[in-house]
Amino acid sequence: MHMMYFTEQPMSAYDAQAGLDYGATALTFSNSHFDPNEGSRLYNEYLEEYIMAEEYGADGIMLNEHHNAPFCMQARTNMFASILAAVTKRVKIVILGNPLPLTENPVQLAEELAMIDMISKGRLVSGFVRGGGQEQLANGVNPAFNRERFMEAHDLVQKTWTQPGPFRWEGTHYQQRVVNPWAIPMQKPYPRVWIPGVLSKETVIWTAQQRYPYIALNTSIEATKQIHETYDKAAAEVGYTAGPENFGYLIRVHVQDTEEKAMENARQFMWMQGEFTGLANPVWANPAGYFSPSGRRAFVEFSTGRAKNPRGNPTFEQQVADTMIIAGTPDQVIERLKYLVRETRPGIMGIWANDGNVSKEDRRRCIQLLCGEVMPAIKEYGATLGLNDPWEANAPVHLRYSTDLASQKVAAE
Amino acid sequence: MSIVWTDTVKQIAGVELHLTRGGSGPAVLVLHHDIGSVDRLPFYDALAEKFDVLIPHHPGWGKSQRPQWLRSPRDIAAIYAWLLADLEVSGVSLIGLGFGGWIAAEMASLAPRDYTALVLVGAAGIKPDEGEYIADQAIVSYIDYPKSGFHDEAAFARIYGGVSTDQLEAWDIAREMSFRTAWKPYMYSQTLPHLLGGVRAPALIVWGDDDRIVPLSAGRAYARALPGAAMTVVPDCGHFAEMEKPDALAKLAIDFLSRK
Repeated sequence: MHMMYFTEQPMSAYDAQAGLDYGATALTFSNSHFDPNEGSRLYNEYLEEYIMAEEYGADGIMLNEHHNAPFCMQARTNMFASILAAVTKRVKIVILGNPLPLTENPVQLAEELAMIDMISKGRLVSGFVRGGGQEQLANGVNPAFNRERFMEAHDLVQKTWTQPGPFRWEGTHYQQRVVNPWAIPMQKPYPRVWIPGVLSKETVIWTAQQRYPYIALNTSIEATKQIHETYDKAAAEVGYTAGPENFGYLIRVHVQDTEEKAMENARQFMWMQGEFTGLANPVWANPAGYFSPSGRRAFVEFSTGRAKNPRGNPTFEQQVADTMIIAGTPDQVIERLKYLVRETRPGIMGIWANDGNVSKEDRRRCIQLLCGEVMPAIKEYGATLGLNDPWEANAPVHLRYSTDLASQKVAAE
Repeated sequence: MSIVWTDTVKQIAGVELHLTRGGSGPAVLVLHHDIGSVDRLPFYDALAEKFDVLIPHHPGWGKSQRPQWLRSPRDIAAIYAWLLADLEVSGVSLIGLGFGGWIAAEMASLAPRDYTALVLVGAAGIKPDEGEYIADQAIVSYIDYPKSGFHDEAAFARIYGGVSTDQLEAWDIAREMSFRTAWKPYMYSQTLPHLLGGVRAPALIVWGDDDRIVPLSAGRAYARALPGAAMTVVPDCGHFAEMEKPDALAKLAIDFLSRK
């Protein structure tokens, strides 16, 4: 199993009451509440904590980005990935992910990622995402072409990484005269690509068709099993059998020496009123054209208050009871994680460990216990269940590099 | 006299375009807002008393199919020029409402001698004065956006009542089409103002005095760009003048289009 440490890098040093008074903590919530001196302190503390996670044994550091909101300070995931490429030695640098539709120049993105791969000496995992609705609005990118831009940018990055230049690209959303960047990835055929997601069935199917691992972001156990079913079916249709190496799972976990302290800090996972991406108008998260037309009717009803949030709004206690949040001493956490791992069988696991306003001392103690005690125990347990990560399974980076496709076997017979 | 309206489907540019037609007299093409149009309106009936009124659903809006390749109001203008050619109508006048006003202005700029008259009502398409903006529907809810286009909320309720879920869905589709055709710059063209000087059709610019969607300064810019254009401001009226002040707008339009 591949075990990663993750934090949203919360900008916790702002007046939370101001967000409640305004009624939103995203997109239009004024950045006058952002204090760059506190930002400087937090960026540096988060960086030190990533280095600690490596020292205590994490396999990977998972990074992401968001815009216009206090819940995540990373505005460009490649920045922290670049820093980690230089200051860490062993961990995989797992970007989950770069929001492809936001880029106007996928070739430059491919170039930046190649630089990170070389500087890190081949430790990059380059995930891609569509980016949430708010990210499109914050960056002025048309949400109605989000999926088209995701697909086309992916194809252009992949080609830039694998086909010697120069070549020309005349697509629908991207046109490039001379694709020939003098930086290409060190890892061959190209760095592993993992695709994180929450609920879009189209993305799960596309991911399976590429043979990329799909990382379920703290979905319920039931929803995670449905994702696996959708993925398995799409994988079978293109000729391979999906295994644990095709699945990842991100879960919120907080560990301390006492259960009481762990629970108290874990409540900080609710600091954005229980919403991962802040308190927001539903049309910001899901602007017209962003989501599948099949969800249109349900969404307009929810967004106008005529139907409940399809994701629900469970309390902290409920989320702990449902294993959506795990908190406790190392032994307690190991027991709950073993249950989760048995149920969801991931080869890749992201542990979202510190959120909101947890003190520096407690964040660090959490990382020590998590990476030093919990992760090794879960990796050992995962091995007994045959939960191999993509490296252990020697999985192909993309479907096109498969040597075991059903149709190929038939052709060979 | 009650107007008989006929709904037909025309094949234009590879898609099925929905067209409602009623009345008799000189032809008038009415181009609806970014939020689409309800099927029947007193304003449409009033026009049909005097004119042969053509009301298409924009491609991708309402009952018209979406051309996946469609990217701008200028594309829609070309589709409507094609529609008028297929219908073999000539001497057509254009009434453009809001976003439809932008399309009407594009049509006139592309064929400066083709149209009899031009009526633009709260038309998008031109950048307002410095510091003013066309309201961004992307960051407000489905109901708040159309509501903000009425001076008097009671007028909104008269048309949409409690707002059906079908209507909400139609607004989401309309919003998606607005994004597909007018995302950036949002709801205006940087080239259109430079292309209106050749338009021969007499133009009437009508604006609600409380238009909170397209600022009045955009109307003044139209009046400057279109040679000899007249401008009228309707009191106690928002952006959706044809729904909020149907009698006043119908009188203005009919008088303007009927003058010799």
